[in-house]
Amino acid sequence: MAAHAIVLRGARKAFGPITAVAGVDLDVPAGTCLGLLGPNGAGKSTTMRLLTAQAIADAGEIEVLGHRLPEESKAARARCGVVPQIDNLDYELTARENLEVFARLYRIPRPKRREAVDRALETANLTARADGVVDELSGGMRRRLLLARGLVHRPELLLLDEPTVGLDPQVRTELWSLIDTLRSEGVTILMSTHYIEEAERLADEVAIMSGGRIVARGRPAELVAEHVGREAVEVYGPPAELQEVEERALTGGLPTRRSGPALAVLGTEGSENGSLPGGHPRPANLEDAFVLLTGAEVE
Amino acid sequence: MGPAVRVRRLEPVAIGAVLSRELAVFRRYWRSTTFSSIVEPTIFLLAFGFGFGALVSRVAGYDYVEFVGTGIVATAVLFSSVFPGLFSTFIKRRFQRTYDALLAAPIDVEELVTAEVVWLALRAGVYGMAPLLVAMLFGLDPSPGMALVPFIGFLTGFGFAAFGVLISAIAKAIDNFNYVTSSVITPLFLVAGTFFPIDALPGWASTLAQVNPLHHCVELVRHAVFGLQPVADLAHVAVLVVFGVLMWRLAIWRLRLRLID
Repeated sequence: MAAHAIVLRGARKAFGPITAVAGVDLDVPAGTCLGLLGPNGAGKSTTMRLLTAQAIADAGEIEVLGHRLPEESKAARARCGVVPQIDNLDYELTARENLEVFARLYRIPRPKRREAVDRALETANLTARADGVVDELSGGMRRRLLLARGLVHRPELLLLDEPTVGLDPQVRTELWSLIDTLRSEGVTILMSTHYIEEAERLADEVAIMSGGRIVARGRPAELVAEHVGREAVEVYGPPAELQEVEERALTGGLPTRRSGPALAVLGTEGSENGSLPGGHPRPANLEDAFVLLTGAEVE
Repeated sequence: MGPAVRVRRLEPVAIGAVLSRELAVFRRYWRSTTFSSIVEPTIFLLAFGFGFGALVSRVAGYDYVEFVGTGIVATAVLFSSVFPGLFSTFIKRRFQRTYDALLAAPIDVEELVTAEVVWLALRAGVYGMAPLLVAMLFGLDPSPGMALVPFIGFLTGFGFAAFGVLISAIAKAIDNFNYVTSSVITPLFLVAGTFFPIDALPGWASTLAQVNPLHHCVELVRHAVFGLQPVADLAHVAVLVVFGVLMWRLAIWRLRLRLID
């Protein structure tokens, strides 16, 4: 097996005047989980589509599980599982029927199909709803079924595009533990997300994407240490006061970010807290790094 | 590890998977499809049989009921292939995103289009028999040649389903289908020799009807039921094969442009 499950070299993709992916270099080592973190419109989904050859790169080289794309993409897709951002299940069919179609598509031999479908249903905790029509499943169940569909052939590589977008916290946690189980089984995972917490919890490494490029890459803790520091101080107050604090921090060489009603001054370790009246110190986090690197506020 | 995977063009296993999906969905709506496939020819036969049949008893050497009863096989084949080709492929592509889901798996656009078109052609072959069954109640005599009708329906349905897929891939919105329905499908359906013989038309119109694939289907069905004319019928089959292959390749080309960025 290749050391890298995914290799992108200078991958570019433009849609007319809009450049969605502007020269991406990215390796995903086999057996790891990489979180592709970026704000909406950063080019994450297009990057994911490049990996299944549902978008063809204008330039650059792409290799998935040792197969060159787009020429050998069909062979690569046979060994990948894909969980899309949009629910594209067959809503008129039962959960089982949905999986059966994909068990065939993924070339599972007939005598083993039933077993494969049962196993995928069990992984996604859907055994009890196997014969229920998808239309009648809850949002969380449908999302789990999408995951089961991408797992029915036990892929070596799983591409997850915003796996928990739009789900309530309980369902999200449930999916996270599912994904975590797969990771511990050695499945390579590339997961795009714009939820910081998701990347922090699941990913061995995070690549931060902005404006069609990878702007930083590393373990979450390393990224925070490198780009933010150890500590931050949050200051609450009227806008005029915050403005003043912000100016003072910037003059002192400390980066800041707005988060709702508060102002966070970053990298405050070593500086004097007395200069920040009413400030609440806290450890620096990945969200700080994310906002600094992408210039965007996210959920 | 996944199973060893063969990767070639037009793999039967990929096409079979899509057919199995269509069959599973079809199990949920076959009743309504079957209902309309029986009711529609009944209405045509009642309307034209009693309406025109009262005015003309024989057309082109056939009893009028025989003439219309065999002619509307082509109508059934046309409607049951071109309309799902238009609407259901548009819905699956644009709204249900079914094709996006499938193309993330090891299947390519060529296999996808082939499977969709083969499925609709199979359906057209089966439902093309419905008008004959109804016409028998109106006095059409059974004949062994009728066994060929599903094959004629399949061949014709293949081309028209692919035509529907082609238009659905070109159209930006479902409303745009109206242009094609009124300016292409309606004339094809009326000027095919279904309800009246095309040699009764003015010269230019009858020449145009010759290039209407549906006319060749009508002729083949009549000959299958009342007596084959080998040379002419081979020409009719050839026209339908050329039409089918052309539409199939065009549909793959246009749908690929839509589905692969």
